[in-house]
Amino acid sequence: MSFKPDISVDVCGKHFKNPVIAASGAYGFGEDYTDLYPLSDLGGISCKGTTLNKKDGNIPPRIAETPSGILNSVGLQNPGVDKFINYYLPRLRKQDTVVIANIAGAVIDDYIAVAEKLDATDVDMIELNISCPNVKQGGATWGVTCEGAASVTRAVRKATKKPVIVKLTPNVTNITEIAKAVEAEGADSVSLINTLLGMRIDIRTRRPILHNNVGGLSGPAVFPVAVRMVWQVANAVKIPVIGMGGIATAEDAIEMMMAGASAVQMGTAIFNDPYAPIKVCEGMEKFLAEQKIEKISDIVGTVKPW
Amino acid sequence: MSFFCNSYPIVDKKALGEGIYSYTLKCPEVAENANIGQFVQIKAEGYMLRRPISICSVDKGNGTMRLVFEVRGKGTDKISELNKGDLMDVIAPLGNGFTVPAKKDGRVIVVGGGIGTPPLLDIAKLYGDKCTAILGFRSFDKIILDKDYAKTGANVIVCTDDGSTGVHGTVAQPLADELAKGDVAAVYACGPTPMLKAVVAAAKQAGVYSEVSLEQRMGCGVGACVVCACTVIRDGEEKVVRVCKDGPVFSGEEVVL
Repeated sequence: MSFKPDISVDVCGKHFKNPVIAASGAYGFGEDYTDLYPLSDLGGISCKGTTLNKKDGNIPPRIAETPSGILNSVGLQNPGVDKFINYYLPRLRKQDTVVIANIAGAVIDDYIAVAEKLDATDVDMIELNISCPNVKQGGATWGVTCEGAASVTRAVRKATKKPVIVKLTPNVTNITEIAKAVEAEGADSVSLINTLLGMRIDIRTRRPILHNNVGGLSGPAVFPVAVRMVWQVANAVKIPVIGMGGIATAEDAIEMMMAGASAVQMGTAIFNDPYAPIKVCEGMEKFLAEQKIEKISDIVGTVKPW
Repeated sequence: MSFFCNSYPIVDKKALGEGIYSYTLKCPEVAENANIGQFVQIKAEGYMLRRPISICSVDKGNGTMRLVFEVRGKGTDKISELNKGDLMDVIAPLGNGFTVPAKKDGRVIVVGGGIGTPPLLDIAKLYGDKCTAILGFRSFDKIILDKDYAKTGANVIVCTDDGSTGVHGTVAQPLADELAKGDVAAVYACGPTPMLKAVVAAAKQAGVYSEVSLEQRMGCGVGACVVCACTVIRDGEEKVVRVCKDGPVFSGEEVVL
């Protein structure tokens, strides 16, 4: 091998040492897997969805196994933005990785208040969660219409100079329209897909397994849907796309980047194999070396459609 | 406290009853770090979610860990296909175990219900004849680990719901009798929620400290995903915490069952 492949990527002016970001909700605030490897092994972390005030989340059970996936309905349990800023962020800052705050709210003023507070911190980026399927107010209700998505993006754009990533829900008729709407309002990037709304029923008790009745489907089961949507969106907008949804292996991550993702996020796969993000990075390097490609960014959007 | 994610060789496998299995793994690093009442997340080949299983017993000298679980569904059924000589992929040891030895001098009572009996075994080992083990089962054919408990030197009381063996009925009466004898430093329990409620209430009434081990559907098992929530009352305030990382053992004083 005459060169060491470069798997670092730059997205919205931020340098990621590798394109693998822990997806919001799967990795807490980066403190729970450090017995196995340092957080700095990841390109970045999108922290647990954070709201203005602390939220206790939904009544358990909040998770169910599905074929090649899981359903969850955590309901945005989080300690609130002040605790994030005062406690978690200083600890995260000591790790050498890109820190993304994921924010959610019930009303637009909540998003504005959280974004303003974060603007005054040294957090790297803000991911706007307008796609959580598990809360009654706000959440995905913003993300399912162009008007709703645009209005939250517009408000947050005014509230912060930080790079703003808008996380999109797949539970829409045409995701490219939503992506174009948030791009027009100044979003720096879009990330997709959040979970697909699903349901499981225990046939003996006739009760839904999730106490919330319905929840978000993630894991390898949704991967082809995610690849398709990332491909469509990447072709519809000029801003970088961050791809996620069922990525479990290096091959998956490479496929997602060829579909048009500048970086990827991983979540569900980590529950199964905590080392999955590390293996993805190793697999990417191996693939690049085999293919004699110098930089991982060279494969972004290189799918050759029929 | 630290945990590992590795595949460890299975050095022993036994069926304890219909659909109940005992596995012993050679895992020195886990055994060295494990506390009584902690759990492991076992990978079931072909399934996304690992299955949380309590540690039954640890032999630090031999570097082994024993796990006892019941086949509840397809995931645990898949795990039960593993045989001696195979590798078991686990994240372990996880969570907070029991506060042992108890902060007070005296004897202890462990109360196990059904598949809740395994995680209490090492408490009986620690206390020997200063432990009373009250073990409840549905019927005689569901009894597990009674001989293992007897071997520890503990005073073992077996109860069956149908009266087919031992005390006829739940663990409630024997527990009340044992508490009435006095000199109890702590009660430790694991089993179905109605049993845990009864144990905590009885201990409270007797003014005895209690700890219970909870079960909940989990995601990551390490505290990251906040899927496995339960409620505790701390400083007069209800607080939602994680069964996996803040538990699975909680004091009877604070846990809301």
